[in-house]
Amino acid sequence: MDIFTKFKPLEAAFDQLISFTPHNPFGVTIQKTLSATVGIINGKETLLFGTNNYLGLSQSEEAKKAAAETALIFGVGTTGSRIANGSYSLHQALEHELAQFFNRRSCMVFSTGYQATLGMVSTLAGKDDYLFLDADCHASIYDGSRLSQAQIIRFRHNDPEDLRKRLRRVGDISGIKLIVVEGVYSMLGDIIPLKEFVEIKKEENAYLMIDEAHSFGVFGQHGRGIAERDNVEKNIDFTVGTFSKSLGTVGGYCVSDYPQMDQLRLCTRPYMFTASLPPEIIAATRENLKIIAARPELRETLKRNATQFYYALQQAGFKTGPDVSSVISIILDEIPQAVHFWNRVLELGAYINLSLPPATPDNRPLLRASIAAAHTEAQIDQLVKIYIQAAKDVEVTLN
Amino acid sequence: MAETVKEISKIIIQTLLENPKVPRNISPESKIIEDLEFDSLAVMNFVMEIEDKLDVSVPLDRLTDVRTIRDLADAIVSLK
Repeated sequence: MDIFTKFKPLEAAFDQLISFTPHNPFGVTIQKTLSATVGIINGKETLLFGTNNYLGLSQSEEAKKAAAETALIFGVGTTGSRIANGSYSLHQALEHELAQFFNRRSCMVFSTGYQATLGMVSTLAGKDDYLFLDADCHASIYDGSRLSQAQIIRFRHNDPEDLRKRLRRVGDISGIKLIVVEGVYSMLGDIIPLKEFVEIKKEENAYLMIDEAHSFGVFGQHGRGIAERDNVEKNIDFTVGTFSKSLGTVGGYCVSDYPQMDQLRLCTRPYMFTASLPPEIIAATRENLKIIAARPELRETLKRNATQFYYALQQAGFKTGPDVSSVISIILDEIPQAVHFWNRVLELGAYINLSLPPATPDNRPLLRASIAAAHTEAQIDQLVKIYIQAAKDVEVTLN
Repeated sequence: MAETVKEISKIIIQTLLENPKVPRNISPESKIIEDLEFDSLAVMNFVMEIEDKLDVSVPLDRLTDVRTIRDLADAIVSLK
């Protein structure tokens, strides 16, 4: 036995998986990006449908220019934490602009989206508190809950009644109750019935945090997410999110009206004990935030593209998730078939994501496509054709 | 209302056997991950079922020390 013995089952599962796949689904390399929607993979031009680049802004000219100019002035790194080594005025400017964008008092910017949810969940919930997490919440939320020392209760996915039952079962406690949900869930792209959750939060006197990682920039009149779409923003205590999807860069945030947010900077470990975002990333993020505010037509194009893809898949007989969002997955029954399908799609010229249990709901493998405003109608059509061809080639039964 | 470790172990086993993929020869000493081949998600989903059946809240951190069916029954008895 050695330190790696415990990874033997993982090694065996991985070896079995790659024994029947010419390409490693977890090791795809994009050698070059030609645009927001086309890259070179395995030396070949490939449609990018697996990059979460919902508004195409990773390639925005404004952001690239701002990043380059800012790097020339400020350098390329901050070399330390904001608490120990100081902030740049750029960090504060971005926090101010995000707070304004969300109409909130305060914003804390984190170095990744993972750290934003990890930090907020682990810090807000203390020893006497209870966390109520949707069963399908992201790993960062579950990891944060483990760091928190709070009691963790999991409720059935997108099921407000199940949450109500579990809140009542816990009854009166000495600490607080914090409910954590997501606007759009990352595996199936399904959307939370948020109004119902807000009602329960009010009835049960709990706090509510929403992760809008996959809905920021996509839903709501101004792109603020599902809480804006459902007109319940004032009932949300904490909104967390990421820069790495619609905003096209890297980083994360939490916005809130609570004045105590300032104190959290001094006790949120994933904020304190890591290097802050580098200047060029902040500059690029600020430019892309301006684009999201100024160009609502991007959301309209994205919605049109996602709707086109979703209904084309249904018409072709694929089993999809329940909602149209920027994440559209098809559900297959068996892992080997899903791996073959993923490979065939790549060979036919499109990169999508393969998601396997236990990271998926209901123990089923998923083929997950992320749709972007930058995709053309022809590219969406092409992906539908590739799916149909791949289904035929690897014998996926269509309904 | 089941209250003892023995009674709760029996309910857990009955509930597990409703799943056709679970081996038929399980006992209170069966290890949930190793013998039942449950992954982390399957364990959490199963605990939800048991919570509803016994009307009890089992916080996830209580599962850290649970390896066997009897351990789970012990944890539930201490929570009830």
